[in-house]
Amino acid sequence: MSSVRDWEPSNPVKENRAGLIGKPVDRYEGPLKVSGTAPYAFEVQPPSPPAYGVMIGAGIAKGRISDVDIAEAEASPGVLAVWTYRNAPAQAPRGTKVHPRSTAASKPALEDDQVAYFGQPVAFVVADTLENAIGASHLVRLTYAADPPDAGFDPARVTEQPPGEGDVEVGDFSAGFAAAEVQIDATWTTPIQNHCQMEPCASLVWWEGERCIAHTSIQMVKPAQHGLAETLGIGRDDVHLLTRYIGGGFGGKGQTYDDLILAALAARALGRPVKVAFSRQQMMHGTIHRPATVQRVRLGAAKDGRLDAMSHMTWTHCNRHGAFTEHASNFARSLYAAPNRLTGHRLIKLDLPAAGPMRAPGEASGTLSLECAMDELAERLGIDPVELRIRNEPPTDPENGRPFSMRQLVRCMKEGAQLFGWDRRLPTPGQVRDGRWLVGLGMAAAIRGNFLLPAKCSFSVDGDGVITVRQGMTDIGTGTYTVLAQIAAETLGVPLGQVRVEIGDSELPPAPGSGGQFGAASAGSAALDAGMNLRKAIAELAVNDPASPLNGGSPQAVTFQDGVVALENRSETLATLIRRAAPDGITADGEIRPPADVREWSQQTYGAHFCEVGVDPITGEVRTRRMLGVFAAGRILNAKTARSQLTGGMIWGIGSALTEGNPVDVRYGSLLNQDLASYLAPVQADIGDLDAIMLDEVDDKANPMGIKGVGELGNSGAGAAVANAVYNACGVRVRDYPITPDKLLAGLIARGL
Amino acid sequence: MRSFTYERAASVEAAVASAADIPGARFIAGGTNLLDLMKLDIERPAHLIDVSRLPLAGIEDRDGGLRIGAAVTNSHLAADPRVRARYPVLAQAIVSGGSPQLRNKASVAGNLLQRTRCPYFYDTAKPCNKREVGSGCSALEGLNRSAAIFGASSACIATHASDMAVALVALDARVETLDVTGQARSLALSEFHRLPGQTPQVETELMPGELITAVTVPPPPAGPQAYRKVRDRASFAGGLASVALAGGQLALGMVALKPWRATRAETALAAGASPAEAMAQELSAASTYAGNEFKIALVGRLAAAVIGESRGRGA
Repeated sequence: MSSVRDWEPSNPVKENRAGLIGKPVDRYEGPLKVSGTAPYAFEVQPPSPPAYGVMIGAGIAKGRISDVDIAEAEASPGVLAVWTYRNAPAQAPRGTKVHPRSTAASKPALEDDQVAYFGQPVAFVVADTLENAIGASHLVRLTYAADPPDAGFDPARVTEQPPGEGDVEVGDFSAGFAAAEVQIDATWTTPIQNHCQMEPCASLVWWEGERCIAHTSIQMVKPAQHGLAETLGIGRDDVHLLTRYIGGGFGGKGQTYDDLILAALAARALGRPVKVAFSRQQMMHGTIHRPATVQRVRLGAAKDGRLDAMSHMTWTHCNRHGAFTEHASNFARSLYAAPNRLTGHRLIKLDLPAAGPMRAPGEASGTLSLECAMDELAERLGIDPVELRIRNEPPTDPENGRPFSMRQLVRCMKEGAQLFGWDRRLPTPGQVRDGRWLVGLGMAAAIRGNFLLPAKCSFSVDGDGVITVRQGMTDIGTGTYTVLAQIAAETLGVPLGQVRVEIGDSELPPAPGSGGQFGAASAGSAALDAGMNLRKAIAELAVNDPASPLNGGSPQAVTFQDGVVALENRSETLATLIRRAAPDGITADGEIRPPADVREWSQQTYGAHFCEVGVDPITGEVRTRRMLGVFAAGRILNAKTARSQLTGGMIWGIGSALTEGNPVDVRYGSLLNQDLASYLAPVQADIGDLDAIMLDEVDDKANPMGIKGVGELGNSGAGAAVANAVYNACGVRVRDYPITPDKLLAGLIARGL
Repeated sequence: MRSFTYERAASVEAAVASAADIPGARFIAGGTNLLDLMKLDIERPAHLIDVSRLPLAGIEDRDGGLRIGAAVTNSHLAADPRVRARYPVLAQAIVSGGSPQLRNKASVAGNLLQRTRCPYFYDTAKPCNKREVGSGCSALEGLNRSAAIFGASSACIATHASDMAVALVALDARVETLDVTGQARSLALSEFHRLPGQTPQVETELMPGELITAVTVPPPPAGPQAYRKVRDRASFAGGLASVALAGGQLALGMVALKPWRATRAETALAAGASPAEAMAQELSAASTYAGNEFKIALVGRLAAAVIGESRGRGA
């Protein structure tokens, strides 16, 4: 097996001779997107006119379908098919994995008469137009035998540990906490959140003989391809799955939904392409959500601020047939030093739609408690919140003693404090007024693990000197296309305009996809390897070609710059060389695998958020005025796309603190808000002055490029900084997110404001 | 959306005549609310009569006030120099509602006729007396943070979502209509919307087929004007409560199924009560549900603050 130390030698990304690495270059696919010409899955031009499928969600949360009447729908204009569990085409039973190496099992649609959650697709209409399909969908009559759903998330009932998991204790938490000079013991709640991607889940499928051509919106290509093949009961190679452009994922498109399988079944049954998309309303229940949590944090500290004991416990829920756990306590294991530590989770299964990962799963919810508890402790001790965190900076991972590969949390906090003007913060809340607003400052730390997954990639060069990157990777709006182009251009010494990037295709070398902020590191490292192999092949071609001015030299000495291959003072253009010596082009493959010793280090990304809010003491309204994040996340490939990722995460944090959440109506087992007018993600007017700064960093333990992920990091801790600023503004702590005016108002009145 | 037929009315008279002839016909102007509701299968008109291109889009000086055509867009009205100069409460209210895109399309009459934003009204899997007569009110025992505190009933506790209408009620606006017989009439906007009673599906005093042709506002009352809306996010969000003040005239928004003219508070203020005392009198008639108790304090504090600030500006 390879070792982390194999990554030490220099490479073109590290050398960055053309300066493309880190440069804030525009998005590779940006012009297509802003001009509306990037074909998302639903917009791909099929080979013949498509039919349109519409799913119908269950109107109950638990029970069974007792009767079905599709006669009126079938007779409706333009209708081609109306399916329920009674007449849907046969599919492999749930969980089937015929191919032992499939990365996903079968997930049949319209499986049986059972309803396991509100909004579960239970019927499906296909028609010649979308309007006819929607119109007919209103004519499908479903009768239910409903059972009362168990949808109440009361932590007192949540007693089971997630399967296979125990609490993690270091030292003796109870003793340490009891003996501590100062104690904080408080409980926070976070609500269900919906992903609300701009592009809903959508698929377009057609068949070419026995081959299924499936365009869908998905973060991970291979599991989608395999899961569809398993469900249809066909060979994996008989599914060609494409996902060229994706309008946001955030974890919600890490799995396929019934749009894909129903489109495939209908396209096969009807012999024509079929498009199926979730409506905005259907997205809320029909896809996964971030589950609610209750979190209890206990901090025991000495008067000098040093933590003696730290506990972060999470109670959460998943769906009846699910297995997802929101690990909101995990991040706390690596954040602050404390000799006595206790973390763990409790999980209950409820009759709700499926819980699943959402941007910064774990950290996004978990930091909303611990990072506010630290603020409370700082206030109790009379120590500045930044200083308190510095005093609890661990020399090694406090949970397991492993060395940190790189940890610049303190520098993030110090630089951020200086840039933000943290010294102007008054420790006593409610002291600063600007017109009708009480103004406060808050901060919080950010942490998120860094990962490297196996990936492959191929690079080729053609007679025009154009480098083509091919990889079964995805770009969910994060900048994958762009950073792959940068890596390719820097590695092969060509201008960016001389690079093509083809991703989002199951026939391309597999990559893990986008998620867990592992995408750029995993896909990019494989790309670098492919680029290095192509360099080698080109260099050998040149020195071995009698017609090349480089003939006879050492391939190791060949340089690549500005589209020119050179050896000392002899050179020719890459295009000239390839056109003459390899007119069919050259292809080279590359791959990355996590080395055997990667777990010998604790590897995280870090940051610090600083936020200024205004609180209207009359109404309890909170508005973010300015926010700054300072992050340390390895080498940055693209300052523009990375910054967008980080600020996007920070905005999500603002939403988590102040506006976002979907209440459960326990009577119906359903979520209250079913559109973007009622599910309140922040809008431009909520954001104010926002910036993200990335510290110089190279983490040689992360991968050959020394880069790390940023996609989740910006979200971690952001909401806590907002919440702490709210407290500093007005002196009211609301531990039940989001901090809406109704909740804040009670505290304001109690304070005599 | 279900199939429907469509016509573009050639004249106001033809529009009401068509409405009289075709059962289930609805007028459409901007369509910013009606089309959404049709897509969700909440509204199911068999026929749409497009009145957006009728000559109803003018704003005229009339009797010292304004006569605002029913098809004037919200954006146009908020930007009108006469409105901005003499009815700032109206301009402020309009720009507090929806989004710029919606305001560019939405008409004055359509704004008045917009339907409630109660989440249960939008979820066709749930009972709602407004949507399915007699099915029950899901909000009553449900998640009712947005519910009314004035004039609700056991059949419906929803609120009216308009910002513009709150300002218009404070300004003593009137609604001009043409009925199916060609008869014109005018009624006070404060009497235009109905409280739910046991028939929450009947939302206004309009007769079937009756068309709003204009909204009129009298000369503005003496004194300062102000509109303030409290909402969870800074833009494109329904309000938790709002207040419109025009001189001594006060209206409250998102507290009832109609813009709520706060007559008790007005009377108390005229009699010399403090803003807080006046609001306490108004709110003595309020009632709350499990999720909206905060609205009592919120409305009282908000309105008292707006009144107090207006006095601070030298009334």
